[in-house]
Amino acid sequence: MKVDWTTFWPRVAESTGETITMVFFTLICGSIFGIIIGLLLFVTREKNILENKFVFQILNILINIIRPIPFIIFLVAISPLTRAVVGTTIGTTAAIFPMTIVASFSIARVVENNLVSIDPGVIEAAQAMGASPLKIIFTVLIPEALGPLILGLTFISVSLIDFSAVAGTVGGGGLGHLAMTYGYQRFDSSVMLVTVIILIVLVQLAQWLGNVLSKKFMRR
Amino acid sequence: MIAFKNVSKTFRLEKREVHAVQNVSLTIGEGEIFGIIGFSGAGKSTLLRLVNMLERPTEGTITIHGTDINKLSPKELRKRRSNIGMIFQNFNLFHSRTVAGNIAYPLKLAGWSKAKINDRVAELLSFVGLSDKAKDYPDQLSGGQKQRVGIARALATSPDVLICDEATSALDPETTADILRLLKKVNKEFGITVLLITHEMHVIQSICHRVAVMENGRVIESGDVFEVFTNPQHETTQRFIQSVQQDLPSENIMQEWRKRGGKKLYRVIFKGSITNDSVLSQVTQKHDVHFNIVYGSVQELQEKLFGNLLISFEGDTPKIQATISELASLVDIREVTDLES
Repeated sequence: MKVDWTTFWPRVAESTGETITMVFFTLICGSIFGIIIGLLLFVTREKNILENKFVFQILNILINIIRPIPFIIFLVAISPLTRAVVGTTIGTTAAIFPMTIVASFSIARVVENNLVSIDPGVIEAAQAMGASPLKIIFTVLIPEALGPLILGLTFISVSLIDFSAVAGTVGGGGLGHLAMTYGYQRFDSSVMLVTVIILIVLVQLAQWLGNVLSKKFMRR
Repeated sequence: MIAFKNVSKTFRLEKREVHAVQNVSLTIGEGEIFGIIGFSGAGKSTLLRLVNMLERPTEGTITIHGTDINKLSPKELRKRRSNIGMIFQNFNLFHSRTVAGNIAYPLKLAGWSKAKINDRVAELLSFVGLSDKAKDYPDQLSGGQKQRVGIARALATSPDVLICDEATSALDPETTADILRLLKKVNKEFGITVLLITHEMHVIQSICHRVAVMENGRVIESGDVFEVFTNPQHETTQRFIQSVQQDLPSENIMQEWRKRGGKKLYRVIFKGSITNDSVLSQVTQKHDVHFNIVYGSVQELQEKLFGNLLISFEGDTPKIQATISELASLVDIREVTDLES
């Protein structure tokens, strides 16, 4: 069975839009939570500006629990929670919820890693000038880590495109869903090819944008 | 103005205690350049960080202008810190900010208005000679330029103390001399008290008024730089002084000296104004003895002259004895006995 391309192209466009929506909103929400968690993780580390073993351990363990779970299992496992929060487990909005959770914790680790690579001497200098911990977070940690952080977020957004395709296969919509229903279940390799090409283009675009942005903020 | 009283700092590692600073008492006077010298691991860096509470003392008190700074609330401490400029071995500039942005940072923290900040930054840039680099980023600068930015940033809020953590150790000799001149200028023009730590004796020699020598967390010797230099008490101090001022010729030359008869050598030390009098020639002429300067140097320390000469005498033994005893009443003279080393 062959696809009717005249009616098919609008579906491709719609699916691409859905994928972009999922990735975009997840990236925004995941970045907000991820940066907050990552910053907390960093500043509560031993000997850091707001050292707090309790908070650090809780966050650290939480991240280590969530991150290793394969996304497709996590997606299904938390579907009751998704239903409770979003009201449904099907569709683009429903996919954004689990994606945001996973993205938040991945971004938290990326943020933490970037912050760890900041020269502690720079933080010490700010302390010596009388900066409060909150000032250090906003005027030293974030600006100093911004360049590599954007690269890290780019890396995450590429894997979010991957996650969105996974979410698509279990009713999340987007290109994953399209590839599943037309390409896989109807054995139409040309549809498969189109989705793969679009996915590759999306990834390339994301990477290019990330590189350009990070270059703007990197001063090293 | 800064007083350490019986200060100790102990770090607790896994199962070990490190006594970084042990029972140190020091007073640093207003407007002076005070140097703390020690080999690495001597505890000088920890001692320096106690001044602005980047490290808290385990015991003892540190007072600045009579205030025990360990008793300040976090808010008061931050305010106090803005009155203590600090510069670092690795400069610690913000990479994400321009030169001007780095210098403006402490002023922003202090809540200055934008216009006032701009004026102050321009003034500081011209003071450190970097007016043309305002818009550059730190990574575009040389080491010496980075340290100049560090100094400008540290001075921005017009602190009354500047503490320097090995500020010249990452720089080449010429740049070091440059930065030291700048620190001297800071001290002279603004009357800022400078407390510095270093492992290089020439830093102490060229700008400090007073010095403390640290070893194993303790201050083993301290005093006026001229006094410590001309009359070191401790072996470690002597080693530091020898690093900038060799007082014995090399073994090759000494061997040759011994081969050619090897007369007794005397070390004559002149301090201060006496270097201007022709003491040696007057006394030797009077006793009809000739002298021969084998080795030595005359250098300036703290705007005083300091001569350290190795001398041999020729003439009748009794006359030489008479010469030596007369010289001993005028200068520091002693027979050199450690020639075999």
